[in-house]
Amino acid sequence: MKLLIKGGRIIDPANKMDKVADILIEDGKISKIRKDIKADDAEIIDAAGKIVTPGLIDMHTHMREPGQEAKEDLASGSRAAAAGGYTTIATMPNTKPVIDNAILIKGLQEKAKEEAVVNIEIIGALTKGQKGEELAEVGDMTEAGAIAFSDDGHYVDKAKVLLNGLDYLKTFNKIIISHAEETSLVEDGAMNEGHKSAMLGMKGRPSVAEDIAVMRDILLAEYAQAPIHIAHISTKNAVDFVRQAKKRGVQVTAEATPHNLTMTEDMVNLADSSTKVNPPLRTDSDVNAVLNGLLDGTIDAIVTDHAPHAVEEKDREYKYAPSGFPGLETALGVLLTDLYHTGKADLPLIIEKMSSAPAKIFGLNKGTLSKDAVADITIIDPDLEWTVDKDKFYTKGSHSPFVGRKLKGKAISTIVAGRIIMQNGIIIK
Amino acid sequence: MENKNVSLRGKNILGLEYFTPDEIELVLQTAKEMKNIIHRDIKKVPALRGKAIVNLFYEPSTRTRTSFELAGKYLGADVINITASSSSIVKGESLRDTLLTVEDMGVDAIVMRHKAEGAPEYASNVVSPVIVNAGDGAHAHPSQGLLNLFTIQQYKGNFTGLKCAIIGDVLHSRVARSDIWGMRKMGIEVHLAGPRTLIPRYLYEEKGIFIHDRIEDAIENTDVINVLRIQMERQKSGLFPSTREYARIFGLNDKRLALAKKDVLVMHPGPMNKGWEISPSVAYSANSAIQEQVKNGVAVRMALLTLILTGGKNNEIID
Repeated sequence: MKLLIKGGRIIDPANKMDKVADILIEDGKISKIRKDIKADDAEIIDAAGKIVTPGLIDMHTHMREPGQEAKEDLASGSRAAAAGGYTTIATMPNTKPVIDNAILIKGLQEKAKEEAVVNIEIIGALTKGQKGEELAEVGDMTEAGAIAFSDDGHYVDKAKVLLNGLDYLKTFNKIIISHAEETSLVEDGAMNEGHKSAMLGMKGRPSVAEDIAVMRDILLAEYAQAPIHIAHISTKNAVDFVRQAKKRGVQVTAEATPHNLTMTEDMVNLADSSTKVNPPLRTDSDVNAVLNGLLDGTIDAIVTDHAPHAVEEKDREYKYAPSGFPGLETALGVLLTDLYHTGKADLPLIIEKMSSAPAKIFGLNKGTLSKDAVADITIIDPDLEWTVDKDKFYTKGSHSPFVGRKLKGKAISTIVAGRIIMQNGIIIK
Repeated sequence: MENKNVSLRGKNILGLEYFTPDEIELVLQTAKEMKNIIHRDIKKVPALRGKAIVNLFYEPSTRTRTSFELAGKYLGADVINITASSSSIVKGESLRDTLLTVEDMGVDAIVMRHKAEGAPEYASNVVSPVIVNAGDGAHAHPSQGLLNLFTIQQYKGNFTGLKCAIIGDVLHSRVARSDIWGMRKMGIEVHLAGPRTLIPRYLYEEKGIFIHDRIEDAIENTDVINVLRIQMERQKSGLFPSTREYARIFGLNDKRLALAKKDVLVMHPGPMNKGWEISPSVAYSANSAIQEQVKNGVAVRMALLTLILTGGKNNEIID
């Protein structure tokens, strides 16, 4: 079984490649990249005028399995991923029950094998039940295949618990991903704290809650000499703290979401909970700082924080609606529209942040188009104009602040291990 | 009517931020006419005959609910009360489904009180009857804001150049926010004061808004004082040390009242915690308009309901 992708602009950040050439895939692996490959027996994809990249990797998604399948499951969520150009997604453990032991990891892997159309990596809980009290069996989970550990959705309130995790995980060479918002300062705040929340009378989530949390985690990682990864960074100060920490050699990495790179609290409208997310949409100055952090290397990866909810959960009072919205099917389009087509970021940088960089943070042998690498490939039409339509989503989520937006740029093929999974927005399976 | 081109017909009453000064003026003028009806022996007029209004209350309320109910009834509308504790809401029915149910019964207006800021905005997206916000969390209480303006106008004649001090828990107060919007639009200078833990951090001093650390500085030489209710749970969540200290340092008493203009008007949205945010002697002093506010509340709500449901065109019937 051979596949030949002809005439695309190949961007492979890990190999610093950016050239027009053909890619030959044999037995699910990349066999050759050069100009004018001839292979009579291969299925041919014409990629002229298109961008060919390593399959996109999202290191921060919520697949909601087990327990909350009304919001999403591996079948729907992995299809959403393929539709958005992702070939690998990592799932967060804040499910019901919480993924905090090896049996649950194995069970989920089995389910993924049966139902998912892209590669599923599993992030285990750092603490039992994500309660922030006792470490979960992270060694067992590592052996079962967990790729990282996180109490995502919650800050690890006790410094000593995080410190224990940082030290203990050295044996297993896995990272901790921190959802950094100081709990006592955010409570049930539903939007950024600022003039808008003050006038609306809405309880806000102040940026200082994230600043403090990020700084504490950096200091603990520095003290433990262990790696820490900051999830969905969103404030100007937090970006500065990560930048300074990196300069002095702290093993800190960070990720940012398309929404925190492009949208502000001005979008918040209490009639529609689509913009409700943690951390919240912040100010212009935060958005600029996150973008600058992305451009200067302070922020390593772009993630979706794909967090779908059932329609009836989001279609209610803003204050009571759950936080989060789906992102897998919109991320690439939003980034190409708002960062690439506006000239704020170039394609190799965007691709790197969505493929080789997350692979590197995880220590995952993916995210490149090297010879003999597994053929996870995404083909992108950077100029395709489309409108985000929730009725066309593969995700079960519906409420997204991007619904209705006209975007320019979209993944048109997703190839997993040499098999075409998605073509022109349609999942083939 | 002076403002022939101004109409509130069909307008959702969500907050005073959505009102123009002309629209506010129209409500106040109409309320003046309505107040005459309340003084009549037989109060019923047929302005809203054949209209159905639902009071949908998710929070307890005496004055707001009763005055909306009476306002509707004096005008001849059919008014139904739905309260959270005695409806399908206790069975877990969502706001959306409750609204759709009420809409299906053919009501013309839904007057709603809800804990969640923005719930009326959401409701106005879900159903077609006119939504009247009777208080949503700490966001807005537009009819209270209007009745405060009406009360000020009654005693002071006009608004321009007046100073109003708003004292106490601004952070959790929908009344304060509606006052800020309404008073600024009508040209009243607003002076806010209270413990800094109860003043929103991002409420800026801007045109017409001043923020003080000591309530004396806000009260000094002021024309109107609006005292906000202080809730016990705010003390429990650590926002101030004790009600005793609150009363001593931030309560309105005779001594502090003397700093204001001699003819200062004292208002309170009620219910009062006498001895905490306001001393009994101030509450019942000659400067107090607190009882008058209650009466004006009915008139203002009559005006609002008439204007949104008929555009006020039935005025001849009322007169």
